[in-house]
Amino acid sequence: MSDQVLSLNDVTMQFGGVVAVNNLSLEVNKGEIVALIGPNGAGKTTAFNVITGVYAPTNGKVSFQGKPIISNFPQGKMKKLYSGENAGKYTELIRKTPDVITKLGVARTFQNIRLFKNLTVFDNVLIAKHMNIKSNVFSATLRLNHKEEQTMRKESMELLEILGLAHLKDEISSSLPYGQQRKLEIARALATKPSLLLLDEPAAGMNPHETHDLTAFIRMLKDDFHLTVLMIEHHMNLVMEISDRIYVLDFGKLIASGTPADIQSNQRVIDAYLGVADDE
Amino acid sequence: MMKMKKNTKILLSVLILIAAVAALWYLDANKNQYSYAISILQRSAIYAIAAVAMNMLTGFTGLFSLGQAGFMAIGAYTVAILTIPVEMRANVYYINGIADFLANLSLPFWAALILGGVLAALVGFFVGIPVLRLKSDYLAIATLGFSEIIRAIIAAPQLDRITNGSYGLKSIPAFSSVFEAFFIAGICILLMILIINSSYGRAFKAIKEDETAAQAMGINLFKHKSMSFIISCFFTGIAGGLLAVFMRSIDSKTFQIALTYDILLIVVLGGLGSITGSVIGAFLMTAGREWLRFFDNPLMIGGFQVPLFRTGFRMVIFSLILMAVVLYYRKGLFGDKEFTWDRMYNFFIRLRDRIRRKTPEKGDKGNV
Amino acid sequence: MDFAVFLQHCLTGISLGGAYALIAVGYTMVYGILRLINFAHGDIFMMAGYFMVFASSSMPWYLATPIVLIATVILGVLIERAAYKPLRNAPRMSIMISAIGVSYLLQNLATYLFTALPRGYPTLTALKKIFQIGPLSASLVTFITPVLTLALVYVLILLINHSKIGMAMRAVSKDFETAQLMGIKINRVISFTFAIGSLLAAIGSILYFTDRMTVFPFSGALPGLKCFVAAVLGGIGSIPGAMVGGFILGLGETALVAMGYSTFSDAFTFILLIVMLIFRPTGIFGEKVTDKV
Repeated sequence: MSDQVLSLNDVTMQFGGVVAVNNLSLEVNKGEIVALIGPNGAGKTTAFNVITGVYAPTNGKVSFQGKPIISNFPQGKMKKLYSGENAGKYTELIRKTPDVITKLGVARTFQNIRLFKNLTVFDNVLIAKHMNIKSNVFSATLRLNHKEEQTMRKESMELLEILGLAHLKDEISSSLPYGQQRKLEIARALATKPSLLLLDEPAAGMNPHETHDLTAFIRMLKDDFHLTVLMIEHHMNLVMEISDRIYVLDFGKLIASGTPADIQSNQRVIDAYLGVADDE
Repeated sequence: MMKMKKNTKILLSVLILIAAVAALWYLDANKNQYSYAISILQRSAIYAIAAVAMNMLTGFTGLFSLGQAGFMAIGAYTVAILTIPVEMRANVYYINGIADFLANLSLPFWAALILGGVLAALVGFFVGIPVLRLKSDYLAIATLGFSEIIRAIIAAPQLDRITNGSYGLKSIPAFSSVFEAFFIAGICILLMILIINSSYGRAFKAIKEDETAAQAMGINLFKHKSMSFIISCFFTGIAGGLLAVFMRSIDSKTFQIALTYDILLIVVLGGLGSITGSVIGAFLMTAGREWLRFFDNPLMIGGFQVPLFRTGFRMVIFSLILMAVVLYYRKGLFGDKEFTWDRMYNFFIRLRDRIRRKTPEKGDKGNV
Repeated sequence: MDFAVFLQHCLTGISLGGAYALIAVGYTMVYGILRLINFAHGDIFMMAGYFMVFASSSMPWYLATPIVLIATVILGVLIERAAYKPLRNAPRMSIMISAIGVSYLLQNLATYLFTALPRGYPTLTALKKIFQIGPLSASLVTFITPVLTLALVYVLILLINHSKIGMAMRAVSKDFETAQLMGIKINRVISFTFAIGSLLAAIGSILYFTDRMTVFPFSGALPGLKCFVAAVLGGIGSIPGAMVGGFILGLGETALVAMGYSTFSDAFTFILLIVMLIFRPTGIFGEKVTDKV
């Protein structure tokens, strides 16, 4: 087994009768940049939400660094409604909450930017440092944790400097231009010191020039912060240029996976994106 | 934005503090003459604690709780039961008698006050387990429900020998000095400010801004929500304890939903998310009610009695003002900003500029 | 307990529950459409009580009743226009605070206009007539209330399922924005909802106060909250749910009083609420909604 960071086994996510993710298995190895692509509504963001513990999958298992973090099987009402395969395969019930998963080292950004809008750029990053706080609420209140607070502030400031946001530190985050907001969201995610970074459409809303810069930026992040990256993206140029491997989803199902070159020549992928001409 | 020199700000703050202490000292020295003013100020200070505690929960953590009255009742009853002088107790519990274990149990005011806060926090901890998982308006109605349950328990005949049931408690010893209420209020509010500006306070703000994002930042939602709730309950309990001492006699009707609404309206008036707003709001609201008192008295102008002016009119005016704030001035006095000298300074500069701009216009009109 | 006494209590409970149900329907409809706990609804109910006091002092009941109903409807719609409409795009908390403000205003207004002393509620002789059925004896109002409640709720459900405005109401409660885009006149639908809610509250107030005999400025506060609980119990947004919730509360409360725990009869409501919120937050008839991330 190679150095596996993330693996999904037979993950199915059903909302009532609607199957958003269907029996999805994938893995991401240490140091890779992997892209998850597919048409709108293919279930990519849902997959992210399952990995980060926001939704409990109907069936399947998610492991991080070899240890299961999520595992579920159809129960109760879902027993009848479940339409996927491998129903009896998983018997363990593991449901780590999003905050625990973040603490383990999985950080994410959101498709529709979810910054703490009314707080400053600096506070946005500083909040992400809170999860490892050692001092309790009493010593924090009485300011007995001066050193710890100083370290948190120093580390946050360093992050802002690396990402080129230091000069904006006192701005209210929602007043930033779109591209900067995306960057800040990444800075905030990095502040949790992740080993796996999930990026949900990092290039959405960016102009071609910014998108181009993003390639170098993500590579830089990967190297400087020793990250593994899994990202959802629609900009094919970016995806093809940056990814080591690509997974393609359509209607919740994995239809192809492989290197960028494989994917580009895959007929099913082309059909999924362009739509198959039904025999009319 | 213009900024003042740091030294000037410190000097101004110190001056205000000295002025406040001097004013209190003056009031204290002339207690009998100013008892009315003192009581208004004391009530304001007590409401300020409860309002800041509510603001910490609602304005900073985004949890809309309407349980204030219930938690104040816990603090108030704890203080009352434990501080009524032992020799007075037979008199207070003259109908049902007092429970044996309480008959000679008494605590100094300070200890009873803190115990009241701790008990309120403890109840808050248990109440929080089921209700903090609920969304905004359900949380509001559930906490409101708990507040009513607490009140019903206090008034229950089964607890007559402890809470004196529906007869209430009286002969609660008064504040030993005018300063006491303000001193305690000052400490409580200072502590809450320190919490809000600590790392934990930042986590609270993150939860208010966006729960999903806060969770994705590794913040344990339930832990931090209950922390905020428990701390808020503690200080609400303290405010309740002070209220008992201030009022000298309490019963379960003192802690009806109306009390919660009073606190809520102070928070709204001052601005959700502004501590200075809540403090100033508490004084304005309490004093405002008294200032408007002339509406309650018949008004004679030139031998005619002006209609409308009679008992109850002031509360109508008062509620209309509050509605106006809620509808047209939604952010309250301070929005989610704090009072700072810089903001004050800029306010006066803008005011000056506006007056200057207006003056020549008047002059022009004069020329025509 | 004697069986006859038991039946007598049941009758009282069902009757009280009927009045609760009518008010709860108003809550559930407003919540369904605006996602707002209309804290002022209980006070509208209280005002309806005062309207009756004054209307019946100068005219016979068959004239007074329609006037009370119309006046209450006007009050309800006016409140919506003045206090909720300007906040259509504000955060939900602001609207809720505005509702609390209106409740505060109505209570203070009632204290000012009618003084804090309880007023005797007019005795509607027709409703007060004592009937004797077997071992049960009760005034007509006790028998009428549940029947009238069922009939009104039935008509209301017909209206919502089969009329044009009813369809619009259903659309708005499903999705506010989309309904607006589809050309539904939101404000008219909302006014209509408040009108129906207030109408039912007025009818409920006649039934409730005829039994209680007095009205005072705060007599709407607690029944109001209880009826909201009834609506939550039944599943907020569901009209049959609100009715069932109302009956459950009425029966439960009467049972507690009968057993000698009257101090807890108010708390019972809230205990029920909290138990419900823990085990089935969507209520008896409610549907589950998932948040989108």
